Amino acid sequence: METFWMMLKAFLVGGVICAIGQIFIDYTKLTPARILTCYVVLGVVLGGIGLYPRLVEFAGAGASVPLLGFGNTLAKGVREAIQTDGLIGVLTGGFTAAAAGIAAALFFSLLAALIFKPKEKG
Amino acid sequence: MNLTKEEYNEMTKKASPPSPAAKNITMAFLIGGLICAVGQVLIFAYQNAGMDSELAAGAASITLVFLSVLLTGLNSYDNIAKVAGAGTLVPITGFANSVAAPALEFKSEGFILGLGAKMFIIAGPVIVYGVSASIIYGLIVYLFGLY
Repeated sequence: METFWMMLKAFLVGGVICAIGQIFIDYTKLTPARILTCYVVLGVVLGGIGLYPRLVEFAGAGASVPLLGFGNTLAKGVREAIQTDGLIGVLTGGFTAAAAGIAAALFFSLLAALIFKPKEKG
Repeated sequence: MNLTKEEYNEMTKKASPPSPAAKNITMAFLIGGLICAVGQVLIFAYQNAGMDSELAAGAASITLVFLSVLLTGLNSYDNIAKVAGAGTLVPITGFANSVAAPALEFKSEGFILGLGAKMFIIAGPVIVYGVSASIIYGLIVYLFGLY
């Protein structure tokens, strides 16, 4: 039962975050690239002020899967790196925390580009 | 026919169908929510396999990235995105798609300046501003001793 509630919360919170993105697309001139960038930066801010970790606790993947969660991960990484390494952590924390996601996207994409054929244009 | 710009705008407004915003937002909610629910299933699966919750969340995201790149390679992600809009853009799968799609499309322009460079056309700004924001946040944390 608890598993079901967690999935429902993930669905609802994740869905709302995506719906807000769609509102920006439909009612403003924000391009998809700008929305992605804004979501990540906003995630850093919300993570930094401590709001987003609470949402992750509440909604699990509903908060961690949207790109806001990526920003939250960056903020968390910096905070933890400063705790262990001091000033240098300001520079290392973000990339360290985001490394897996970025590396996976880059490497899988390279493989996909080598294996698959691009879509026919027309 | 002589038309001013305003008259022309008025005419195009009348001729084009009403903006299906409500439908777009509903689809973004449903499909975006579904992707997050799949992410939650993956988190549970990795936790059952013995990972702690943080590691499981990371592994779930990487799995979603993999699936998104695979669907992009099979030319399926774009078809879902046409219906889902922000529902497929805002989750981490949208980030992965924004890397894989130009990599595939610009392969024909060479491996260095085609595939390798164009991969970053959207991921680049996301990383630049995301990491910069985290550095500014880190400076604030460090200077004010908030850690």
